[in-house]
Amino acid sequence: MDKLMLGNEAIARGLYEAGVKVVSSYPGTPSTEITEYAAAYDEIYCEWAPNEKVATEVAFGASLRGVRSACAMKHVGLNVAADPLFTLSYTGVNGGLVMFVADDPAMHSSQNEQDSRHYAIAAKVPMLEPADSAEAKEFVKKAYELSEEYDTPVILRMCTRIAHAQCKVTLEERTEKELPPYEKQPQKFIMAPANAIRRHPFVEERTAKLKALGEVTELNKVEMNSSEMGIICSGTVYQYVKEVFGDTVSVLKLGLINPLPEKLFRDFASQVKKLYVIEELDGILETHLNTLGIPCVGKEMFSPMGEYNQATIRAAFGMEKPVTVTADSPIPVRPPIMCAGCPHRGLFYVLSKNKITTLGDIGCYTLGSAAPLNALDSTLCMGASISGIHGFNKAGGAESEKKTVCVIGDSTFMHSGMTGLVNVAYNASNSTVIILDNSITGMTGHQQNPTTGYNIKGDPAAKVDLEALCHAIGISRVRVVDPYDLKQCETVIKEEMAAPEPSVIISRRPCVLLKHVKAKPPIEVDGGKCVGCRMCMKLGCPAISMKKGIARIDATLCVGCGICTQMCRTGAMSEDR
Amino acid sequence: METKNIMIVGVGGQGSLLASKLLGAVLLEEGYDVKVSEVHGMSQRGGSVVTYVRFGDKVYSPVITEGEADFIVSFERLEAARHAACLKQGGTIVVNSQTIDPMPVIIGAAEYPMNVLEELKAKGVHVDEVDALTLALIAGNAKATNIVLMGRLAHYFDIPYEKWTAAIAKVVKPAFLDMNIKAFDLGYKA
Repeated sequence: MDKLMLGNEAIARGLYEAGVKVVSSYPGTPSTEITEYAAAYDEIYCEWAPNEKVATEVAFGASLRGVRSACAMKHVGLNVAADPLFTLSYTGVNGGLVMFVADDPAMHSSQNEQDSRHYAIAAKVPMLEPADSAEAKEFVKKAYELSEEYDTPVILRMCTRIAHAQCKVTLEERTEKELPPYEKQPQKFIMAPANAIRRHPFVEERTAKLKALGEVTELNKVEMNSSEMGIICSGTVYQYVKEVFGDTVSVLKLGLINPLPEKLFRDFASQVKKLYVIEELDGILETHLNTLGIPCVGKEMFSPMGEYNQATIRAAFGMEKPVTVTADSPIPVRPPIMCAGCPHRGLFYVLSKNKITTLGDIGCYTLGSAAPLNALDSTLCMGASISGIHGFNKAGGAESEKKTVCVIGDSTFMHSGMTGLVNVAYNASNSTVIILDNSITGMTGHQQNPTTGYNIKGDPAAKVDLEALCHAIGISRVRVVDPYDLKQCETVIKEEMAAPEPSVIISRRPCVLLKHVKAKPPIEVDGGKCVGCRMCMKLGCPAISMKKGIARIDATLCVGCGICTQMCRTGAMSEDR
Repeated sequence: METKNIMIVGVGGQGSLLASKLLGAVLLEEGYDVKVSEVHGMSQRGGSVVTYVRFGDKVYSPVITEGEADFIVSFERLEAARHAACLKQGGTIVVNSQTIDPMPVIIGAAEYPMNVLEELKAKGVHVDEVDALTLALIAGNAKATNIVLMGRLAHYFDIPYEKWTAAIAKVVKPAFLDMNIKAFDLGYKA
């Protein structure tokens, strides 16, 4: 049977067909749907872990017990999972273990555009890169075979245009694997120095064997079409190359992108007059070619930034541009925004109004940095808001403590905020930490997390009690506010910033997009009372606009959160209608 | 057959993913090689969103670049103009007459350009404007705006009507099927 499938859906299908039994992941665009689709197969145990390190270690445990396991994450998630990865490389596996890592060139939904191929090189593990959904499913199965045959974790690298592109995939049956008896292998799995010293040579030998495999494997394909020009590429770039050149140039398409072969490159290079290497992000293939002393053209023609496409390649080769038409009027940008009724808005307005320095974190609430709220001072990585405010306040002293807060979402707090809060309590900074508890992982599209009380299947699960957790960490001042109540938020934030000890404010209200959250009737504007003062416009609510000097509320967007009624001084906006 | 290109553009939350799912299902059923490229995550939160649908004998790239689109289906007027440079010469823009102010307009930092479609028409672009929101409301739900526009797009294709309705049945919940068929019809016959 053929089906159009997202790359991520095809990966999940591959997990099913490969007989994988355990999948643990933390959501992150563009990798999230791998685990969501996998969870739809009853044969696979799936879970959302609190973070990527935990997820990878869960996959390790499952592999140790002898079953095929997986974890999926976005590129920056691999930074978090790097610790287990580097030593997993030494231990190798029992059951096959594959990590699925999705890069995000052009940063559609990311804070950087790091190239995850560096990790495969550094950790000395094989990395595969498919060029579309159909290949993604095939490569999943090959990755598990490699993992078991070569006793190694394998990374399968995706990018946004593979993960979130659909193409035709042929479905096949699942190969079920029996649970083998467990056998203790301390020298392989206890990575204390005496054992690790013996495992390192194994890793080096394995790399040599994989390199030899790279010379002959069908994962790497040569299309000899021309002796004039050859292109080395992999993944989605292969598609752009074929789109532009069809069968007029020779192509070496790599599926095994680490370790890289030598003879294959030399042979291919020797058969073409001019050799190009086209790779998104960093010049890793090019560096390898340079090391081999093979002349090629790469990053001098192509940027290490952003996404490529067929137009990028045409432009680089000086091909003619198509004729295009555009409108004359300037087109205003349309950045993503916090939704109408978003519980973060009220809290951010209070922070903005009081000019409070706010260290931010990763999630929907990063959008609080945009105009008109301009509420954030920093966003670095998952959890950095709490660790950051501690350093900020230690540096700035008492004055800083009185006018600084940090904000972090419930899921991000579970991911890597807790340890930062332990540091705040243990090393005593009078920091004010605001947990934006909207009862869901929002930005990635509503995944459950340990604070929501539900698991990936939507079944009831143990629920972290945030107040009790903060108390247990050593924070005695823990307060809860409703972000729809501006006055309460303002009072509590001011009190806690002034308090001579660390405090946590939990701003609690579920994401307005959750199905169980019922919208209230839209707010109406009394045109007779509106004086056009634009106070309501300070909220940056997409439902509110000014038409002919009078505020107007779009009833199809408004969910009746009522924050604007608290801004309105003339009573033109009112819930009592 | 040369690869055909359709862009579906709009504002995050308007239902472009369902529209591309429907289109993909129909084209796959017709025996074409099909690629659909979407963007998930942050940009879905009320930002400008683009979905690419490509079909033909063999499709390589999942994306559409400048001067390549045979059709741009836009769920909003301004978004049609934003992506107009992707239209192929002789291509068609199917556009919903609805306007949605982006944040720079809401906060008064920019003006909403009301004449962009007229500007494009004056330059010879074929612009097919449909009041899809009103038609969706007639069908019974504002959320069916996407299906109205797919109906409008469908009337440019030689694919039998029944194939479209069969595909709609595959991508929407049974409870909403009748309403969506009605929305599709209103677009198809508009």
